[in-house]
Amino acid sequence: MTDLGRSMHALALRQLTKTYQNGIQALKGIDLEVERGDFFALLGPNGAGKTTAIGIITSLVTKTSGTVAVFGHDLDRELEAAKSCIGIVPQEINFNQFESVQTIVINQAGFYGIERRIARERAETYLKELQLWDRRNSTARSLSGGMKRRLMIARALMHEPELLILDEPTAGVDIEVRRSMWEFLRKINAAGTTIILTTHYLEEAENLCRNVAIIDRGRIIERDSMANVLRKLQTETFVLNLRAPRTSVPRLEGFRPTLVDDHTLEVEVSKGQSLNEIFASLSAQGIEVDSMRNKVNRLEELFIRLVDSGARGAGAERPSAAGARP
Amino acid sequence: MSAPVSRAMAEWIGFKTILIREFGRIVRIWGQTILPPAVTSTLYFVIFGSLIGRRVGQVGGHDYMQFIAPGLIMMSVIQNSYGNVVSSFFGAKFGKHVEELLVSPLPNWLIVLGYVMGGVIRGFLVGSVVTIVSLLFTRLHLAHPGAILSAAFLTSFVFAIGGFINAMFAKNFDQISWFPTFVLTPLTYLGGVFYSIRMLPSWALAASHANPILYMVSAFRYGFLDTTDIDLAHAYAIMVGAAAGMFALAVVLMNRGAGIRE
Repeated sequence: MTDLGRSMHALALRQLTKTYQNGIQALKGIDLEVERGDFFALLGPNGAGKTTAIGIITSLVTKTSGTVAVFGHDLDRELEAAKSCIGIVPQEINFNQFESVQTIVINQAGFYGIERRIARERAETYLKELQLWDRRNSTARSLSGGMKRRLMIARALMHEPELLILDEPTAGVDIEVRRSMWEFLRKINAAGTTIILTTHYLEEAENLCRNVAIIDRGRIIERDSMANVLRKLQTETFVLNLRAPRTSVPRLEGFRPTLVDDHTLEVEVSKGQSLNEIFASLSAQGIEVDSMRNKVNRLEELFIRLVDSGARGAGAERPSAAGARP
Repeated sequence: MSAPVSRAMAEWIGFKTILIREFGRIVRIWGQTILPPAVTSTLYFVIFGSLIGRRVGQVGGHDYMQFIAPGLIMMSVIQNSYGNVVSSFFGAKFGKHVEELLVSPLPNWLIVLGYVMGGVIRGFLVGSVVTIVSLLFTRLHLAHPGAILSAAFLTSFVFAIGGFINAMFAKNFDQISWFPTFVLTPLTYLGGVFYSIRMLPSWALAASHANPILYMVSAFRYGFLDTTDIDLAHAYAIMVGAAAGMFALAVVLMNRGAGIRE
């Protein structure tokens, strides 16, 4: 298949459903398209169906119905071609903990038909990029949690996939390592790799991803660009740290202020309202503000609202994460 | 940038990688894979061969030690080819690193073949070690080297697949030891390793013919002693049929994702 003849979609899911043997319907007819070259966030609470969807795309879980196409390769008809396009970084550690770091990545390349000489070169490249080269001869079990996550990223890149799927790649990773992983992911995305990311750190999704889908109870409840999704947020809550202690809530016309403690004021700001009005009003009352921050991350606020409204609409108990997981 | 390889070449590289990984595992844990059979076989030769064997006299016109040596070699081949695959594949399932293979473009039949050949390699390695140990106690003649190699290969292939199927269905470590303990070991001991079936009463002789291990041990022993208790054509038909049938079954189970995909 020529490049021109290939689908513009890195991933296309059509009416994808999955019902587990225990009767739990993890996916209820998902339609989703991810453009080639995108950095895409797939978000949802525990048990929403994210890991099931990824399991089906990577052929670790058998779908009940629907279709999956990866760069135009249908999973039912061109399984090997579709698999060759995908690199997966799973949520749980899934390498042999008794093998060395270098052995793990070189063997993975071999499973994709890459000659050992080339695999060794790539191993050096990616292990250096992910700061694991010094530990190449260590057994995997001796690595820290963050190193294990980076090893799974290096392993997933060994066959240079066009689509990289990362399922909670930075879970349990400290901030410094997380930020260096973000930089690395931005770099490979800029080089052309399509990335699909699931994460519980919504700041991560907001920082990295251009498009987003939110999945809840096996359905896509939101699918848009990150910018458009964030625009849908009607209100934001800001936390202001006051220089002098107060016992009463200051007057802020048109806003809803709450005094959390004598030094902390929370103000809910609706779309269209200006922060300047808050500061002007506080200055007029002789109140000085030391610092200000968002109460929660904007995407997090939207996410909680969408999922909560979905829960009220569904009026049903969320299936347990353990039950819905593959 | 490297030139893309053909699909056949890619699959060959993938297959070789599984073999390299399996061989690496056998060598890495040699204290569990190679050493115990060497110690056990030495004890068998000392106790059954040297101490008890002297009182047994000849079996089928051969010294008892010469008679049991091929049986003991084959017993180690059977147990180790089975044990290698059942523990390696179940370990890969348990540790989830089987997913490395399942997400790769390698076809299922090649994954099965890779693991099975890993079992064959261990069977041959351990068989060679036990053969060397046996040479410390007796002399072995290579009457029919082709029969020795073919019987050892087919037997290890069959039992390696058996280990693979066991591992597919096993949900815990108990379930990978159940079959070897309660089925494989009794069948091996009753398969003519330590005796000639001509020594058995008629009912036991008839029952022995239902034991597939009898044919494998007898064909292997023929390669050394040039005598056999059974029809060789029948023995090879059973071994080839079992190898082909069980391999097909393992591939069908893999395609269905039995025990490995939800």
